[in-house]
Amino acid sequence: MIWSWIPANAGLIWQLTLENAILGLVPPLLGLMISAPLGIACVRWGWLYPPVLSGASVVYAIPSLALFVVLIPYTGLSDATVIIPLTLFSLCVLVPNVVDGLRSVPEPVRQAATAMGFGTMRRLAQVELPVAIPVIMAGLRVATVSSISLASVGQLIGVSSLGYLFIDGLQRDFPTEIFVGIVLVIALALAADIVLVMIRRLLTPWQRGRRDAGAPPFVLTPQMEQNLPEGVA
Amino acid sequence: MSYLSYAWSWLTTSQNWHSSHGIPVRVLQHLGYTGLALLVAALIALPLGVAIGHTGRGAFAVVSLANIWRAIPTLGLLILMVIALGFSPLTWLIPLVALGIPPILVNAYEGILGVDPDLKDAARGMGMTDWQVLVRVEIPVALQLILLGLRTSAIFVVATATIAAEIGLGGLGRYVIDGLSSNNYGEVAGGAALIVVLALAVQVIFVGLRRLVVPAGLRQQARASR
Repeated sequence: MIWSWIPANAGLIWQLTLENAILGLVPPLLGLMISAPLGIACVRWGWLYPPVLSGASVVYAIPSLALFVVLIPYTGLSDATVIIPLTLFSLCVLVPNVVDGLRSVPEPVRQAATAMGFGTMRRLAQVELPVAIPVIMAGLRVATVSSISLASVGQLIGVSSLGYLFIDGLQRDFPTEIFVGIVLVIALALAADIVLVMIRRLLTPWQRGRRDAGAPPFVLTPQMEQNLPEGVA
Repeated sequence: MSYLSYAWSWLTTSQNWHSSHGIPVRVLQHLGYTGLALLVAALIALPLGVAIGHTGRGAFAVVSLANIWRAIPTLGLLILMVIALGFSPLTWLIPLVALGIPPILVNAYEGILGVDPDLKDAARGMGMTDWQVLVRVEIPVALQLILLGLRTSAIFVVATATIAAEIGLGGLGRYVIDGLSSNNYGEVAGGAALIVVLALAVQVIFVGLRRLVVPAGLRQQARASR
C-alpha cells in the first residue's frame, strides 16, 4: 500500500465516489417507483403476478455486462446505459417483496380498516402499505447494495464510477488504487444499507423494540422458483 | 443499425464458428469455468450449511457474510487477484468460488433450519438415529431451498466468469471485452446474445434438476401453499 496516493488523488476519488453513488442509488429508487404500482396491480389482479414473476426470474439471470452492451446502440455510453439494466435488476427484487409485503397484511387488519369506513385507496395508503414497509424495505436494501456494487462494472463500457480505479490500477499495475476502490464500493454500499435501516425504523415506529429480521434471504424467492417451469421450460 | 442486426450479422458469419477460438469453444470454456467453480463452491458450502442448520452453531456468521457478500465489487476483486498472483487458474477460480459460496451456504442453512420440528420428532419417534433424521428427513425437505441456492449461485458465477474476461480468462466474455477494445460492436453484440442464451440455458438445467430430485409430494405442497 502506498498511502500517500490517497490524499494526492482525493479530488478524483471523491468525484468517482459521487458518480458511483448516483449510478447505484438511482436504479433502486426508480425500481421502487415502478414496483409499487406494479406490485399493487399484481395483488389486485392475481393473474398478473405469475407472468411478471417469470419475467423477473429470467431478467435476473442475465449477467449485467451483457445487458449494458445491448443498450449501447440506443443510449450510447451515457449513464442511462448502466441505470436502465440496474433498474431492471432492482425490479426483479422489489416486485416480489412489494407483493409479499401486501399479502402479509393480516385479514383482520384489512377488515378493521373497512369497518372504520376506509375506501380501497385510503386503506391501501394508510393501512396496507405501512404494514408492508418492513418487507418492502428488506427488498430495497438488497437492491441498493447490489446496485452500488454492480455500478462499478459499468466502467468496462466506459461509464465512470469507482470501477475506474480498478481498470486504471490494472493498467498501471498499482494495487493500492484497486484496493481503495474495493473498500470504497463496500463502504458506500454498507453506508446506504445503514441509512435504509434508519429510514425503516423512522417509518415503522410500532416495530420499535422488536428484533431486526436480519439479512433478507436470497433474492430469488421460492415463488420465483416455482413460477419458472411454466414460464421458461 | 439496431442491436439485433449487429448481433445477427456477427452470429451468422461462418468464420466466428470455425476458428480455434470459435463460438463452440468459447461456450464450452464458459460452461467449464462455471461448472468447476460451482462444484468447488458446493463441495465447501453444502456440508457447512447443512451442519450449521442442523446444529444451529455459527448462524450469526452466515447471516453477516451474506450481507457483505452483495457489496463486494466482483470486477475489483478479480483485478486485485490478477495483480497479486499473476494469471493462473487460481486467479479466477478463487474469486468465482468465493462469490459462489454464500447463496449455497445461506440457503442450505435456512432450508435445514426451517424443517418443521414436529417432523424431526416424528422421525426420531420412529427410531431414526440423528444421522438418519438428517439424511432421510431434513435434507429431502430442505432440497427445494438448497437447489434454489445452487441456482442463485450459478447466476453469479456465470456473470463473474463473463467479467473475468477483463483479466484474460476465456469464455464468452472475451467477445464482449475484445470487441469493446477493438471498437467492433458486432462482436460485442454477438457475444452478449450468446451470454444471455447461456445464462438462461443454465437456469433451465436447474429447473429440470428440481423436477428430477425434489420429491413430487414436496413440489405439490409448495405450490398449494402459494
